[in-house]
Amino acid sequence: MAKRVGRYTIRFEKAPAIKSYASIAGKKEGEGPLAKEFDEINTDSTFGEKTWEKAESRLQNNVLNKALQKANITPASVDIVFAGDLLNQCIGTSYGLRESGIPFAGLYGACSTMAESLSMAAVFVDGGYANIAAALTSSHFCTAERQYRCPLEYGGQRPQSAQWTVTGAGAVILDLNGNGPFIREITLGRIVDLGIKDVNNMGAAMAPAAADTISNYFSDTGAKPGDFDLIATGDLAFVGSELLKDLLKEQGIELKANYSDCGLMIFDREKQDVHSGGSGCGCSASVLCSYILNNLCSGNFKEVLFISTGALMSPISIQQGQSIPAVAHLIHISNRP
Amino acid sequence: MDYIRAFIVGGILCVIGQILIDKTKLSPAKILVAYVTAGVILTAVGLYKPLVKFGGAGATVPLTGFGYALAGGVLKGVREHGFLGVFTGGVTATAAGIAAAVFFGYLIALIFKPSDKS
Repeated sequence: MAKRVGRYTIRFEKAPAIKSYASIAGKKEGEGPLAKEFDEINTDSTFGEKTWEKAESRLQNNVLNKALQKANITPASVDIVFAGDLLNQCIGTSYGLRESGIPFAGLYGACSTMAESLSMAAVFVDGGYANIAAALTSSHFCTAERQYRCPLEYGGQRPQSAQWTVTGAGAVILDLNGNGPFIREITLGRIVDLGIKDVNNMGAAMAPAAADTISNYFSDTGAKPGDFDLIATGDLAFVGSELLKDLLKEQGIELKANYSDCGLMIFDREKQDVHSGGSGCGCSASVLCSYILNNLCSGNFKEVLFISTGALMSPISIQQGQSIPAVAHLIHISNRP
Repeated sequence: MDYIRAFIVGGILCVIGQILIDKTKLSPAKILVAYVTAGVILTAVGLYKPLVKFGGAGATVPLTGFGYALAGGVLKGVREHGFLGVFTGGVTATAAGIAAAVFFGYLIALIFKPSDKS
């Protein structure tokens, strides 16, 4: 049974184990630094479908099936799936998981969805409400363009400062028993809004939320940044990650070489012309379910903090002149139970 | 010489657009609307016609040229039909351009599908 530690953190007494995980990435991601870590790279971003939205559904369906395959179980054994995406009404997810037959809890956390869904899955497994739970999310460059900016058919030019939405997905299957890696603690985040209105600077909008959740975790648990082999945020990209370091320094928390950001890890900023870096639910999801979990399984990493960050605006709230609220959820994953 | 002048004028108008995209937070849609409006205003104050004389298609093809055609059409409409010309003149003058844009846009959309950006 879990217990609360400090004000915001939940510590699992018997840490749910990651039974399996899978990641699928698109063409640009497959040309990036993490290419060898992904389970599958699909250079055809239509995924064989006639619309981008159907392609994203296919992507989600594929990544779930891949994770199930690696766990050697069928969808029928999964008691609940937590999943979401960036699209209106999360249609990528609901149409993608339509045939799975798994009890479905859709959720929206923007780019924080991987940590949010994995947290929920961990709580269900630890509480005995599910024997096996799944958490997954995806993003797709083309659907995100239509959702947040303009459809590709419009032929518009993108400003250099825009982040590049990752075409990718990650899925994790949790079980109460297993060889790990293990979900030890979670810290669910509060919505933080410091008044940033610039959609081309979402990293700056999300950094305060990440700082809030991370500092809450450290003060709840007494842990220190040096206790972890890797502290990874979801998609703060270049500007946001520098801002995060500054914000935490003000609170006496220093992030050093063990800190990185999934948006900066998934692309090579010099060679791949993605100016600020990667973004999207699939960014932190695919990096978690490849590089991060691969290294936890191999023992290269023993303790990792994974923090997905989400910007909670919509195109309408931006058009109405509102600022960008953000949320960040933190998960402590360990290769020891 | 005509070609070189057209190239220079058209090129400069496009460079201004690129600078706006790179250096400001304006979306492409806002920039295009600004171009049409700028064309109307510059025509109204008599600055655009000389540019058209100098640069030819380099001044009429970019969207500022559309504003020029709109403004010119309104002036003509008012001369010929009085007050009603304020409403009818602009679209009448640009009718061919608008119809062509709709027609060719539709045709291209039927033939081509957008692919992912790499």
